[in-house]
Amino acid sequence: MLRLKGIAQTLGSVLVTLFGLAFVTFIIGRVVPIDPTIAIVGDHAPPDVVAAARKALGLDRPLPVQFVIYLNHLLHGDLGRSVMTSHPVTQDIAQYFPATVELATTAILIAMLIGIPLGVLAAARQGSVFDQIVRVLSLAGQSIPVFVLGLLAILVFYVKLGWVPGTGQQDVLYDGMVPRVTGMLVVDCIIDGDWGAMWDALGHLALPALVLAYFSLSTITRMTRAFMLDALGGEYIVTARAKGLSATRILWRHAFRNIAVPLITVLALAYAGLLEGAVLTEVIFSWPGIGQYLTVSLLNADMNAVLGATLVIGCVYIGLNMLADLAYKIFDPRVR
Amino acid sequence: MLTRRSLLATTAGTAAVLGLGPLAAVPAFAKTPKNMAVMAKQIDDMVSLDPAESYEFTDNEVDANCYSKLVIPDRKDPSKIVGDLAERWDVSSDGLTLTFHLKSDVIFASGNPVTAEDAAFSLQRVIKLNKAPAFVIGQFGFTPDNVDSLIKATDPQTLVITLPALQATSFVLYCLSANVGGIVEKAVAMKNAQNGDFGNGWLKTHSAGSGPYSLVSWVASDHIILNVNPHFKPQPAMKRIAIRHVADPSAQLLLVQKGGVDIARNLTSDQLKSIAGDKALHLTSANQAAQMYIAMNEAVPQFAKPEVRQAIKWAIGYQAIAQHITPNTWNVSQSFLPKGLPGTLDETPFHKDTAKAKALMAKAGLADGFTVTMDYISHAPYSDIAQAVQADLAAIGIKVTLVPGEEKQVITKTRERAHQLAILEWFPDYFDPNSNAQAFCFDPDDTNASKVRVPAWRSHFSDKTLSEDVLAAAKETDSTKRMAIYADMQKRAWEISPFAFMLQKNDVAVLREGVNGLVLGALPDFTSYRHITKS
Repeated sequence: MLRLKGIAQTLGSVLVTLFGLAFVTFIIGRVVPIDPTIAIVGDHAPPDVVAAARKALGLDRPLPVQFVIYLNHLLHGDLGRSVMTSHPVTQDIAQYFPATVELATTAILIAMLIGIPLGVLAAARQGSVFDQIVRVLSLAGQSIPVFVLGLLAILVFYVKLGWVPGTGQQDVLYDGMVPRVTGMLVVDCIIDGDWGAMWDALGHLALPALVLAYFSLSTITRMTRAFMLDALGGEYIVTARAKGLSATRILWRHAFRNIAVPLITVLALAYAGLLEGAVLTEVIFSWPGIGQYLTVSLLNADMNAVLGATLVIGCVYIGLNMLADLAYKIFDPRVR
Repeated sequence: MLTRRSLLATTAGTAAVLGLGPLAAVPAFAKTPKNMAVMAKQIDDMVSLDPAESYEFTDNEVDANCYSKLVIPDRKDPSKIVGDLAERWDVSSDGLTLTFHLKSDVIFASGNPVTAEDAAFSLQRVIKLNKAPAFVIGQFGFTPDNVDSLIKATDPQTLVITLPALQATSFVLYCLSANVGGIVEKAVAMKNAQNGDFGNGWLKTHSAGSGPYSLVSWVASDHIILNVNPHFKPQPAMKRIAIRHVADPSAQLLLVQKGGVDIARNLTSDQLKSIAGDKALHLTSANQAAQMYIAMNEAVPQFAKPEVRQAIKWAIGYQAIAQHITPNTWNVSQSFLPKGLPGTLDETPFHKDTAKAKALMAKAGLADGFTVTMDYISHAPYSDIAQAVQADLAAIGIKVTLVPGEEKQVITKTRERAHQLAILEWFPDYFDPNSNAQAFCFDPDDTNASKVRVPAWRSHFSDKTLSEDVLAAAKETDSTKRMAIYADMQKRAWEISPFAFMLQKNDVAVLREGVNGLVLGALPDFTSYRHITKS
C-alpha cells in the first residue's frame, strides 16, 4: 500500500513538473518579441498571407484557448509540426536527439573513466605534485569556454595534426549509406557491419566528445576529490587504518563506496547537462543534435519545435533524477 | 545511375572497406571525390523547396539548380531576358497576351518531357496556394478564380498568358524569371498531393524539376544532397553536390583550408583578408542585390523633418565602413535600386560631411541634437556598423542608444512600426526595379488598415508623387521611358526618403585550388552549380 502511494506521489510530481514546464515554455514562446509567421512566410509577404499563416498557427485565438488546444494535442502525443523543417516535431526529435545522446554518452563515459580515478587519487595524495596538476587541469576545464576549447581542438587535431576528420557527424560520402536503426550513427554502423562508415563516424565523434568530456571531467574530478577528502577524514577510515587494512582497500572499498551517492548526483546532473544539448559544441562541430535544433527553432520562434524539445529535455532530467534515486537505494542501504 | 555506393567506389580506400575488414577500413580524412562538389554553407534559413512557397536565400539557390523557368535574365547582361524553357515568345499588339513556345527537348529528372501543361499547372498552383511569393505573379491581377482561364496550354509546346491589365512586358517577364516561376512536373506533384495542396507538402522536401540537379535529401540544419539530372544537357561535371550546414564561419574556413570541403560560402571580411596570400584557395564573387540601409521612422517627430533625414545621410562615413568593417563583403551603395538591377543610378551622392549635416540639423531647429534608439541585428557585421553609425551621428548631436536583437526580432519590431532608427537588410523579390521601387516608395495608404505594408509603410513614408510613379512605371511599355521614371524616383528618394542606403552585399565564395565554375549572381537563384569543375 505504502509502495503504491509512493509511486502515485512520484507520478503526480512528474505530471505537475511537466505541466509547469509546458506552461512556462508556452508563455515564454508567446511573449517573445518575434513574430513566428516570419519564419513561415518571410519578411516580404503581403498582409493577407501573414494573416493566413497566423490563422494556420492558431495565433488568432485567445492565449488560454491556444494553451488548451496545445495541451489537448500533447495528451494525444501530438507535439505539432515544425515550421522550419515541415516535419512533425516528434519526427524531428527522433531525428536529432539520438545524435546528442551518442555524443553525450560518449563524453560522460570518457569523463567518468578518467575523472573519477583522477579525483580519488588526487585526494589520496593531497598536496602532492600530482594533486596540484589535477587541480590545475580541472580548473582549466572549468575556466576555458567550451567554444574556445572546441575551436582550439579543431585547429590542433584537425588542421595541424590531421588526426581527426572535420566537423559534422559523418563524411558526406557516407550520407544515407547506413540504415537508420537507433539514430546513433556509430551503433547503426556496427549493426549494419559497415566498418568504413563506422570508423568515419568514430573519427567525427572523437573530437567533440573529448572536448565535452574534458568539460564534464573537470567537474567530476573536482567533486570526486572533494567528496573523497571528506570521506578520508571520517572516523571509520581511522578505524580501518588501525585494523591494518591496505591503503588501496581503504581508498576503494571503504572511502570510495561512501561517496558513491553524492557522486551519482553529480554524474546524473553532468549527463543531463550534456543531453540538454551542448549548444556551442554542436554549433562549432556542426553536430546535428537537439541543441542545434533547439537554437535554430528558438531564433525562428518555431514554438512547436521549442516546446517539444523542451519537454523532451525536461523528461530526460526527470528520468535521470529518478534513476539517480533508484541508484541511491542500490548503493546506500540506509535509503532503502 | 549514380548511387552513393558507386560514388564511394571512386574514392581511395574503397577496396579496404570492401575486403579487408574493420581495421583496414580506417579512412584517410579530408579530400572530396573528383566528381562531387562539397560546399560548407549556413543553410538554417531553409523552410521549403517548393517554388510556390520558397523565398529564403538557400531555398531559392537550391531551387534554381533543380528547376527551370520559362525565361531567365541573361547571365552576362541581366538587363536582357533570354529563354530558359521557352524557345521564343510573342507579345500581342495590345500588350496583354504573351505566348511562349517551349523547347521540345527538355526533360524532367523523372524522364518525362516538359510540356506547356506543366508550365500552366505550375503558375496556376502558385496563385491557388497563395503562399509567400505568390504576389510576384499575383500582382498582375491573377486570382484563384481567373487563373485557369488566363494561364493555359493551347498545345504541348505552347503556353498562353493573358494579363488582366496592361503591364510593362519586361516587368512581367522578370517576374516569371523569379524563383516562383520554377516549372514543376504536374504528374509528380499531383501524385503526391494531399488535401488539395497541389503537392505542396511533398515538394517542400522533394524536387520535381528539369534543372541540372534533383534533390536527394535535405536534413534541416545539417545537409542537402543533390544528384545530377541524368537528362539535363549538357551534363554537369559534378555528379553530386553536397551542401553541409556549417554554422560557424571559422569552421568553414578550416574545412576549406584542409580540403574537407571544396567551397566555403560564409566567410567574414576578416577571414577573407587572412587568406589573401593562400595559393591553395581562390575567390569568386558577385554583387548581390541585397542592401543594408538605415530606416528612419517618420512617426518620430524629428524624422518627420526632411532636413534631419538629410543630415543623417550626410553624417554617415560610408567609405570608412566599407573599407574598414566590410572589405570584400559589402560595398557602398546609396540608391534604393542595387547595382546590377535594370534602371539603377550608379551614383553615390552622399559622403561624410559633418559640417553640412550639422548645418542641416540647425536648419531643422535641432542644433542641440536629440536622443533616439537604433535597432540592429546582433551579429557581424551589423554590430560594428551600428557602433560606427552611432559615432557618426553623435558628431552631429544625435545620441543613439543601440538596441541589439535577433534578426527576426528586429524585423518584427519594424513590421509593427515600433522602431525609431533601424539598420536593416533588403533584397528584391524579382529582378525588376518595380520590386524595390514598390518596397521603398509605395505607400498610398499610411493607416494601419493598409494592405501594402512594405518598408515605406513601416517607416510612415508616404509620398504621393513617388507612389504614383511606382504605378506609372509598372505600366509603362516603353522601356526607355520606364527607366527614366525610375531614375527620377531614385533622385527624389535621395532628397526626401527616410532610408539611408549604405551598402550592397558582395557575395564571396572561397574555392580550393582546382575547383572552378561556381557562378554567383545578384539574386540567390542566379547561383549555379552546373559549371563547377575539379581538376
